[in-house]
Amino acid sequence: MKFSEHWLREWVNPPLSTAELAGQLTLAGLEVESVTPAAPVSAGVVVGEVLSVVPHPQADKLHVCEVDIGTGTPLSIVCGAANVRAGMRVPAAMVGAELPGGKTIRQAQLRGVDSHGMLCSAAELGLAEASEGLLELPQDTRVGEDVYLYLRLDDTSIDVSVTPNRGDCLSVAGIAREVAALNQLSLHAPSIHEIKATVPDHLEVVIEAPADCPRYAGRVLRGINRAARTPLWLQERLRRSGMRSISAVVDVTNYVMLELGQPMHAFDLARLRGNIHVRRAVAGEAITLLDGQRITLNADTLVIADDVQPQAIAGIMGGIDAAISATSDSLFLESAYFAPQAIAGRARAYGLRTESSHRFERGVAPTLQRLAMERATALLLEIVGGEAGPVVDVSAAAHLPQRPPITLRAQRLQRVLGLSLPAQEVTGLLTRLGMQVTEESKEQSAGWQVTPPPHRFDVAIEADLIEEVARLHGYQRLPAHAPRVGLTMTPEPETRVSLARLRELLVDRGYQEVITYSFVEPGLQQLLDPATTSIALANPISAEMSVMRTTLWCGLLATLRYNQNRQQTRQRLFESGLKFTRQDDEIKQKRSIAGIITGSPCPEQWGLPQQGVDFYDIKGDVEALLGLGGLGDCHFEAAPHPALHPGQSARILRQGEVLGWVGALHPALSRTLGLDQAAYVFELSLDLLEQARVPAFREVSKFPAIRRDIAIVVEEGVPAAQVLACVTQAAEEFLRDLQLFDVYRGKGVDSGRKSIALGLTLQAPSRTLTDEDVAGIINRVVSTLKQQLGATLRD
Amino acid sequence: MQTDLDHIVLEAQRAITESVELAALEKLRVHYLGKKGVLTEYLKSLGALAPEQRPQAGQAVNQAKQTVQAALESQRAVLETAALDARLAGAALDVTLPGRGQTSGGLHPVTRTLERINTLFTRLGFEIVEGPEIEDDYHNFEALNIPAQHPARDMHDTFYFDAHTLLRTHTSPVQVHVMERRPPPLRIIAPGRVYRCDSDLTHTPMFHQVEGLMVDENVSFADLKGLLHDFLHHFFERDDLQVRFRPSYFPFTEPSAEVDIQCVMCGGAGCRVCGHSGWLEVMGCGMVHPNVFTHVSIDNERYTGFAFGMGVERLAMLRYGVNDLRLFFENDLRFLQQFR
Repeated sequence: MKFSEHWLREWVNPPLSTAELAGQLTLAGLEVESVTPAAPVSAGVVVGEVLSVVPHPQADKLHVCEVDIGTGTPLSIVCGAANVRAGMRVPAAMVGAELPGGKTIRQAQLRGVDSHGMLCSAAELGLAEASEGLLELPQDTRVGEDVYLYLRLDDTSIDVSVTPNRGDCLSVAGIAREVAALNQLSLHAPSIHEIKATVPDHLEVVIEAPADCPRYAGRVLRGINRAARTPLWLQERLRRSGMRSISAVVDVTNYVMLELGQPMHAFDLARLRGNIHVRRAVAGEAITLLDGQRITLNADTLVIADDVQPQAIAGIMGGIDAAISATSDSLFLESAYFAPQAIAGRARAYGLRTESSHRFERGVAPTLQRLAMERATALLLEIVGGEAGPVVDVSAAAHLPQRPPITLRAQRLQRVLGLSLPAQEVTGLLTRLGMQVTEESKEQSAGWQVTPPPHRFDVAIEADLIEEVARLHGYQRLPAHAPRVGLTMTPEPETRVSLARLRELLVDRGYQEVITYSFVEPGLQQLLDPATTSIALANPISAEMSVMRTTLWCGLLATLRYNQNRQQTRQRLFESGLKFTRQDDEIKQKRSIAGIITGSPCPEQWGLPQQGVDFYDIKGDVEALLGLGGLGDCHFEAAPHPALHPGQSARILRQGEVLGWVGALHPALSRTLGLDQAAYVFELSLDLLEQARVPAFREVSKFPAIRRDIAIVVEEGVPAAQVLACVTQAAEEFLRDLQLFDVYRGKGVDSGRKSIALGLTLQAPSRTLTDEDVAGIINRVVSTLKQQLGATLRD
Repeated sequence: MQTDLDHIVLEAQRAITESVELAALEKLRVHYLGKKGVLTEYLKSLGALAPEQRPQAGQAVNQAKQTVQAALESQRAVLETAALDARLAGAALDVTLPGRGQTSGGLHPVTRTLERINTLFTRLGFEIVEGPEIEDDYHNFEALNIPAQHPARDMHDTFYFDAHTLLRTHTSPVQVHVMERRPPPLRIIAPGRVYRCDSDLTHTPMFHQVEGLMVDENVSFADLKGLLHDFLHHFFERDDLQVRFRPSYFPFTEPSAEVDIQCVMCGGAGCRVCGHSGWLEVMGCGMVHPNVFTHVSIDNERYTGFAFGMGVERLAMLRYGVNDLRLFFENDLRFLQQFR
């Protein structure tokens, strides 16, 4: 809500500077977003009367004017405006005048003719972005008067951000009510009188949807002056309130809306056939709106129709058919109360948002219609003339909003605010807001009965009153103290590893966390995870962000590429968050953590060879993550994944559940994405990864441990995990530790086979193992390896 | 005889101090103290002396042996130290060369900020709760007192999947989930991603919020003011930070307030960051609206509560002086690595 400060101060004029006033409004919940001067400062511009206009002897488009500026000596001024004519009053900038933008007027010769000043347009005074011709001032303006003062350009436009609950503040009257309440001043509303009908013309109003439109006032105005123009003062008020001047009639309805908060509409009487019907639209019915849009109406939409067709969407926008035009000479003026629930959401459903709908859906006082009608009539008669008919004011009392009194309990007020206020202070605060207040001072139930004024749609329950008391008392003056509650502990489950700890581990291992959008480019996701159907947004910002991620690799790869293009050759990135899939019509949102690495395993260093990361680098990181929970029961198995290198891809399982994937990004994919080095990725389920074991003590053997190393040769295809499992099983309870310390292929080993070197640490819990014990265990291990995996001992 | 001994000892001491190698020293030891060494032989020769002379002479010889032994040990220590020094001198490294191994990475500044917020509140006994990001209309709007046609919905540019399913526009629905599941007293914070269909210089379609909720039998607006005051002072580590509460509107709280802090960039004098107002809006808060309690069947007469919410990126920008919101989601390593 933008308004002129002068206008507000006509209603209520607190002894506050503009800045103080703005600060007061902000702290009362009417946040001032901007305070701007009504016009840039100008000086030396006075009202001049053009006495004569003669063509410039040397230039077709210029005129030489004699201009009276009240000094007794007319000035000769060269002017290029097309609308200049003798007798008009215009702003004349004298020699030495300063115009907005720092322009100073000097005496000049224009094509050989002396010019002693300049005649100004609205734009030259900073009153418009652009304008054609001179700004014509009213004929009753005093010649020689300073234009800046005459137009009262020392005004400011104050723009207040009005929250959706405060529809009552979408008018100068509403803001003035607040200012009056805050400063304990009374309001000076303009005097509005009933205008007696001078012609009998009227239209009957039939309210067919009384719940949607409990009140409708209409009036005919005949014989208006089509050529009448909006007076400058009214144009200026509209401009300073952020509205354009359109035509005299529309300007008046807008003015009344800004002043009182009642949106009005004027129809061209000649275009209406029969009477006025306020009804719901028939589904499929159409209307062409003022802005030229043709709209097919829904059945939930309230319309103002004549006997034939809808002429306006009630409270939102008028139709073009009965719109006021340059040829209208009679009009039908509407001032109605539409129920908020009949308007709310409808404008948005049609992609519309108007000043009118904005107000009606927040609530316009149901007591305002007649007042606004009289105000508009008076202004119209003054500006466009004509004869007014009687007001037809129809209402359905049963549907008008009722304001039952609300009980406010003193004890509740104190409990919610943590503050005890004297009863008469509360009464005073609420009374200042226009509420009818009765104190109730029975011992147990001290409090108030409060009836809010009709414009306060937001005040309906006790909590609303508590807010009003707090607001007017001032939030800053309310007490503040540390919350006092019973000390209770929060759970700290030891069977979970926190996400913070997992992140910390990755950071310590050189990973940088990234945060990428949860919606991704469908093409990339299709490449990475073709089997999963992604969930698409109905209204994405762009195609690149139109489906929900089914894997965190989308964002990581995009980030890797982004930074690769910025000369980052070594990258280690991770992200955690949700990924989204749909299973049997049910949306699954799974917590996940994923990483990607490329470049060298460690930062470049003088003593380290330059090499790229490989599978075992990232596997080591994954194993470290898995190790945090102490669960040790995960295994990796070779398995294909569409995004991964077919020979370097592992599925990670814990007790039959897939915990995640790790592997090399598929080289074909890498090429498609334009990556210039091999990248390795992992993605793990956070819910599974977070599982941890509470440590359980085991006796430490006091007897010596013995290490034996063996080397075996197996077929290339035998996974190391099987070898280790086989050894573990065969060595039974004596195996304290098992290290796979070498894998060898080449000389001395047949091709197609590999040698694996193992270090077994053996120990018994309650005795020292003898040489025979150890030999027996090793023999058992070797023979089991031979039996199960065809392994031979390598000499 | 004593003169002889003194002479031997003097000679030995000279030879020992002059020796520069451990091997030479060993030869001297053998020469003087070995089985056939000079002093050993000398001791043997005592048998020729008269019995009454033997003890004194024996003592003199032993004295001489001890002196030589001490000289040998002292010189050995000197030579060993010298040998070690010489060896170590050869193993000197350039200690200014860079070290080896992994350097640590870093958390995203948003996570860093979130963890900081989480820590401040969890120390007060607030529990961290997470909720779904794909929400239903009920939890995101209805249950928070924002019915279908409510004008407040205009404040949220919502991403939809279908008429009832959407990306949460705030972390407030987590309040509802928690209150549906657990009875008061409640003290929770809910950090997480939220989404609005808006993208320009000062808006990204995804950002982070932290929602807080406290419900108990006597929770008041004064508690809320005190808590947030305290939080902001600790978050910015400025005891003199001015904080102000001003009335605002959120459908799910009443009374509602916006919380402003004195601009941390200009100290309140007015600058571009605070729009020359000297104040920065950093949080929204209020007492839980009775309709919200009604939706989750919490007794409005018995319990009161407050809720608050803050934008994490905004707090991170103010804390670290980041001047462009969009940097957070570009993930340029040159930006992210500044927050290690």
